[in-house]
Amino acid sequence: MDRREFAAGIKAGTSIAIGYFPIALTFGLLAKTTGLSLWEATAMSIFVFAGAAQYISLSLITAGVAPAVIVLNTFIVNIRHFLMTAALNEKMQPDDRWKKALYAFGITDESFSVLATQKGNKLSTAFAAGVILIAYGSWIIFTAIGHLIGANLPQFLQASMSIALYAMFVGLLVPSMRGNRKVISLALIAGLVNSFFYFTEWLSTGWAIMVSTLASAIFIEWVSRKEVKE
Amino acid sequence: MEAWYWWMVLGMAVVTYIPRAIPLTFLEGRELPESVQNILRNIPYAVLGALIFPAIFFIQENIWFGIIGAIAAFGIAFTGANVMIVVLGSIAVLAIYSIFI
Repeated sequence: MDRREFAAGIKAGTSIAIGYFPIALTFGLLAKTTGLSLWEATAMSIFVFAGAAQYISLSLITAGVAPAVIVLNTFIVNIRHFLMTAALNEKMQPDDRWKKALYAFGITDESFSVLATQKGNKLSTAFAAGVILIAYGSWIIFTAIGHLIGANLPQFLQASMSIALYAMFVGLLVPSMRGNRKVISLALIAGLVNSFFYFTEWLSTGWAIMVSTLASAIFIEWVSRKEVKE
Repeated sequence: MEAWYWWMVLGMAVVTYIPRAIPLTFLEGRELPESVQNILRNIPYAVLGALIFPAIFFIQENIWFGIIGAIAAFGIAFTGANVMIVVLGSIAVLAIYSIFI
């Protein structure tokens, strides 16, 4: 394990840890009001590590939905990660399968975004481990703290911190956008298609993100091929 | 909670892990067709677009949080600031805004 790469990963993952802080805290709090014990709530964050799916599971538990349906719903919400990890695989250095199987556990929307937008061709496993560990740590610790203190942040802080993850996505996207029409088009088209699904409610969030991402990525590849030919 | 809770957590863990692990392990050492590689290289920027829009506008019931937050994030990012500054700066802008409303 390369220590410098690992430390660089920790540094790159710190903005995820900050962004997870209010979300995990609220999850812990909601889990408590749902009737989960400290250990039950924290265990879900330890074993599942999927923000949206965990939130949804709480509301489904409250609604008395069958556990099998909750599991199925979790799968549907997380199907989009097939696409992300396939894309990430192109970016990562080749390594032993068991190592990749290990860090695959920590690929979320956020860790994917941080990893996939790094400069340079092949990312090291140590770097990925750093990004994932600090994000994962924040998710678990603040779930537990949210349950323990059983209260939320002051309203103004809660409200202002809800921008954190989106600000991170913007901060990752903008440097690549500068003077790069392709990147701008990719983000813009995916955002527009996703907004369309959002307002028409034709697809649930997980599917909408996946379909709009794929549509934009394929369309832009098709357009740039045509440009090369002409 | 009873035993069903732990079976559910186990099930959730498995179905969350599968989409994360299969591509990373199965595709290891495989060369994909050029066009598929190009599409996969497009994915990160498309994902970011879809993750940001339209959700950034709906972070709070009061839509002004989203609008001001989005302007702050893009504004700070365009100055060339690093990601951490973009995150902390956007939070600070919204914290100031929420004191005034």
